[in-house]
Amino acid sequence: MTIELSERVKTVPPSGIRRFFEIAEERDDVISLGVGEPDFSTPWAARDAAIASLEQGKTSYTANRGKRELRDAISTYVSDRFDLEYDPDEQIIVTAGASEAVDLAFRALVDPGETVAIAQPAYISYEPGVIFAGGEVLSVPTSKGDDFRLTVGALEEAGAADADLLVLCYPNNPTGAIMREDDLEPIAAFAREHGLTVLSDEIYAELTYDGEHVSIATLPGMRERTVVFNGFSKAHAMTGLRLGYALGPTDVIGAMNRIHQYTMLSAPTTAQYAALEALESCHDDVREMVDQYDRRRRFVLSRFREIGMDVFEAKGAFYCFPEVPAGVSATEFAEEVLHEQGVAVVPGDVFGEGGTGHLRVSYATGLEELREALARIETFVEEND
Amino acid sequence: MSEREVLESLRENARYSTADIARMTDLDESEVDAVIEELEDAGVICGYQPVVDWDKLEDERVRAEVELNVRLDRETGYGDIAERLARFPQVTALRLVSGDYDFDMEVEGDSIREVSQFVSEKVAPVPEITQTVTHYVMTSYKENGIELGNGDEDDRLSFSP
Ligand SMILES: Cc1ncc(COP(=O)(O)O)c(C=O)c1O
Repeated sequence: MTIELSERVKTVPPSGIRRFFEIAEERDDVISLGVGEPDFSTPWAARDAAIASLEQGKTSYTANRGKRELRDAISTYVSDRFDLEYDPDEQIIVTAGASEAVDLAFRALVDPGETVAIAQPAYISYEPGVIFAGGEVLSVPTSKGDDFRLTVGALEEAGAADADLLVLCYPNNPTGAIMREDDLEPIAAFAREHGLTVLSDEIYAELTYDGEHVSIATLPGMRERTVVFNGFSKAHAMTGLRLGYALGPTDVIGAMNRIHQYTMLSAPTTAQYAALEALESCHDDVREMVDQYDRRRRFVLSRFREIGMDVFEAKGAFYCFPEVPAGVSATEFAEEVLHEQGVAVVPGDVFGEGGTGHLRVSYATGLEELREALARIETFVEEND
Repeated sequence: MSEREVLESLRENARYSTADIARMTDLDESEVDAVIEELEDAGVICGYQPVVDWDKLEDERVRAEVELNVRLDRETGYGDIAERLARFPQVTALRLVSGDYDFDMEVEGDSIREVSQFVSEKVAPVPEITQTVTHYVMTSYKENGIELGNGDEDDRLSFSP
């Protein structure tokens, strides 16, 4: 007997990263620049808070929306850091990673047949998330010519005026692109004009290396039509603790909470204690990590230029996005460099339109490994010239 | 703040090449060289040494932290005593500290006997020194900001979203 799977599941192919992972796992000499998570450990203060909460037996469910103290701390933090003003009672929900927040938003906002425009290349979970929610994806490719920023031209060309939602992710995974206030203003105007709701994934906001992060939700008329995602995975090096949050209008967060209370009930309690401490006392840890990423970023960019590979000047997150030499595809390049040199990188194609011909190279890895990995890439490029 | 950035990189690893530091700081190699030279000339950078995990070597290396109490008189200040002590090659670090004792001295030798002898025969007899307390280092976990022992295993997945 075969059990018939749902059409939604069948239409979503397995992740493009999966195949590479299997190749990489077969050998033990691989230096991986394929990771989307920090190489730092969670700051000790946050770990201690998690441990203390366990010792005290604080292991029951919390409020569906997350612990009140944590929502208060998030409200203060996003206000101080990003000028985002949200009421902890009604406009913040704590979730199991930003991932869950993204999924909740799609399910709360997308009706079958509705269109979600996604600025691509982008984090790989948005598209499946839309499909699982019954929606349709409209890809809005960005390009190196525009520094991988989203433009109104790209929105118009893709037909995003007729879409219902627009997903943004800046600083961007995989390109490392950021959007400044000037870049966001026309996008905001477009969203207002065409009645688009914006989902803005700002999980890399702290990892902005040139100037300060600006959220689209702070622009005039945008707070009412934007849901912002953030979390503790990246800046606070807490990926495995699974904690994120969403900020948005009362009715949207309320709707997301309605789904969340039946599916997740509440985000992991131990992680909520860690997160509270992270917001209260780990600023210096974050700054130290950001400084290190920045040094590595500059190192990696400079090495790619020396190797002769065109590379986009990433200004955020912990990825850079070099172009593969003409005549090979990114997938071929990634496969062969893994095979011949034991260096793992992700082909840009898996992140959707606009990623073709590029590689995502993560520098969330120690400088010694980066140095060795880039030397191997250099050898590979020379040998295959 | 290029000075600071260069210094940070060197403190992370003094063997980073000029080229690597230039890459990390967005400076030219010649600028990096100039900054390093200035820092050396100004005596900000006083030297370069490896951070050694002696526990990984066969030959014994004995190290001790020695607390020293001194009595000053009209002619002798802390500086004079320090100058005298710092001259001994066995002394690898010497600091005037606040608290229960005056100087914190690090001593190295090939054996416990050698270190003990040095303290009792060379240091204790210095007239201004009123007391010495020797603590032998048994295991070192961190030196110069670098954690010793086995390098952290990276058990992250080789690919993640
Ligand atoms: C843009 C983006 N959003 C969300 C996530 C997932 O974050 P979390 O661990 O909070 O679920 C990632 C992880 O790679 C990401 O790159």
